[in-house]
Amino acid sequence: MPDQVLFAMEVMLNGLMAGVLYALVALGFVLIYKASGIFNYAQGVMALFSALTLVGIMEGQVPFSHLINAIFGTDIHHFGWHVPALVAIILTIAVMILFAWLVQKVIFRHLVNQEPILLFMATIGLAYFLEGFGDLMWGSEIKRLDVGLPQGINEWIDLTTFEAFGYGFFIDNLDISATIVAIFLVAGLIVFSQYTKQGRALRAVADDHQAALSVGISLNFIWVLVWSVAGFVALVAGIMWGAKSGVQFSLSLIALKALPVLMLGGFTSIPGAIVGGLIIGVGEKLFEFLIGPMVGGATENWFAYVLALVFLVFRPQGLFGEKIIERV
Amino acid sequence: MFYREAGDFSTTYPQDSQTFPIKFDRYRYYVVLVIAFGIIPFIINDYWANAVFVPFLIYAIAAIGLNILTGYCGQVSLGTGAFMAVGAYSCYKLMTAFPEVSMLIHIPLAGLITAGVVTIFGLPSLRIKGFYLAVATLAAQFFLVWLFNKVGWFYNYSASGQISAPQRDVFGIIVTGPNTAAWAKYMICLVFVTICAVLARNLTRGTTGRTWMAIRDMDIAAEIIGVNPLKAKLTAFAISGFFVGIAGALFFSVYLGAAEVGESFGIDKSFLVLFMIIIGGLGSIFGSFAGAAFMVLLPVFLKNVFVGWLGWPTDLAAHLQFIISGGLIIIFLIMEPHGLAQLWRVAKEKLRLWPFPH
Repeated sequence: MPDQVLFAMEVMLNGLMAGVLYALVALGFVLIYKASGIFNYAQGVMALFSALTLVGIMEGQVPFSHLINAIFGTDIHHFGWHVPALVAIILTIAVMILFAWLVQKVIFRHLVNQEPILLFMATIGLAYFLEGFGDLMWGSEIKRLDVGLPQGINEWIDLTTFEAFGYGFFIDNLDISATIVAIFLVAGLIVFSQYTKQGRALRAVADDHQAALSVGISLNFIWVLVWSVAGFVALVAGIMWGAKSGVQFSLSLIALKALPVLMLGGFTSIPGAIVGGLIIGVGEKLFEFLIGPMVGGATENWFAYVLALVFLVFRPQGLFGEKIIERV
Repeated sequence: MFYREAGDFSTTYPQDSQTFPIKFDRYRYYVVLVIAFGIIPFIINDYWANAVFVPFLIYAIAAIGLNILTGYCGQVSLGTGAFMAVGAYSCYKLMTAFPEVSMLIHIPLAGLITAGVVTIFGLPSLRIKGFYLAVATLAAQFFLVWLFNKVGWFYNYSASGQISAPQRDVFGIIVTGPNTAAWAKYMICLVFVTICAVLARNLTRGTTGRTWMAIRDMDIAAEIIGVNPLKAKLTAFAISGFFVGIAGALFFSVYLGAAEVGESFGIDKSFLVLFMIIIGGLGSIFGSFAGAAFMVLLPVFLKNVFVGWLGWPTDLAAHLQFIISGGLIIIFLIMEPHGLAQLWRVAKEKLRLWPFPH
């Protein structure tokens, strides 16, 4: 096979892996949107916040140490212990559940029955708040996150492809583990929503709020639940991205990348989020590889949006979205 | 006691349909104009011009622009930052290509160019609605920023990739470049703000504004009663783009002096202007001013309190600023979804009854 084709294949595979990560973020959006009609712009910041919390707990950082030092003139940074990754993850999940409960209690309870666009803007406010809060709590410098996932080039794929095609593919172990985790996560979510009582209640709420209320499902509980699940998904996405490129502010920008994924897949469809993520991941990598050099590179910044935009003009509800029916 | 329409009779139609029908309101408006044009230019200094007045006036224009699109016509846009960049770069190209022409011509021209670009990006709004449209405008945001970064023609192939405003004047008074006096910066912004606000106010209460509001409230119903959605949406995009373009041109040439597109016109600018109109009040010209003033003054205030008085490090103050502005957005949406403008309206209603509320 000619080199060019092999390169393209490698780029495509890497694109698929990146797409899985986009899909992970997009999944959190879809969950909340389905259950409560809230388009949660803060999903990316939730990923950032959960990753920050995880690192903070693992490293034994003192929360708000920066603020405390500024007020009292002290100089404290760390408790001096290291928490094992698994315990830290469980603690972070607890923090995300608490966060979900607070969001529900303090913000969205008071915004029931408001227009969707107002809810969306409230989540933008929430994103700003959480971003500042996370930085204040754990400090804003770039942190390394290492929960024991394998990193670096996968030797086996490199060798096998070298023997088969005479050219070794470079695929990061981390991307492979991200894909595996994502598959498990999606499988887990499917099992949860199909076979558990809470999952069924969740689907009922997503289907019809009033009907769900009338058979005795507590909307409040479901909303807290779905925000917690979204927080968990955000944590997984945060771990993966954080392990890849460090825990830093730009993590919250991947939320923006998830938006075209959602548009492509449709806001209400979980398979849509995954397929959309893969299409965007492969599309932007291939475009950068094939067309990028001709127009000066860095096309990854906008390609996803423009692709989604062009696509939407032909199919306004996305690939798998429910058909939009409007009545006067 | 003073603020009521009793005894204020309209005897002609123009009187009946004027912008400020209540006498007290009208006089207040004149007083504000006199102070803004007649007093502030003589006492303003560099700090006040650069930290407060100039950004406030420029953001007020941008907020009016976005308010026309989002508040009046209901099309959420997250591309304001990039649209301001279009204004800035077209102003820069005009300034360098025609050095002898007055800024009073360049800036509206930059606005017109922006209007054209924004209309093109507004075309999908005919097919796409709501969130989908908001995300679609992100395409404009990222694509335009990338374009201005990559194509050398836009920044005249300068080595740094920046654009910097050369010295230009209006009737012999220097308004751009490093030698500009504080009052000159202030005055040129003020002139444009006044023109834009009067224009916007009159557009929004006329036929154009009513068709926008019909589209905002329910576009299908509006279409059925004979509003042309194509025309209404595209005019909203174009006029909004015109204002945002003027704001971008002023922001670059008068306020910043030198700009790098990703830094000065990134997505945070889009959100900043969006926050202004939420806090100020969607669908209100006064709200655009109130929101712009609020969002410009808040960081100045916080910086003075935390860094100046308490002596905390600046990055801490920056984090707190995020928390406070995010929190305020949420509080406003919960307590008063119609923003500062609604508080103002309520205050006026109360004043009309005062001192006998029953």
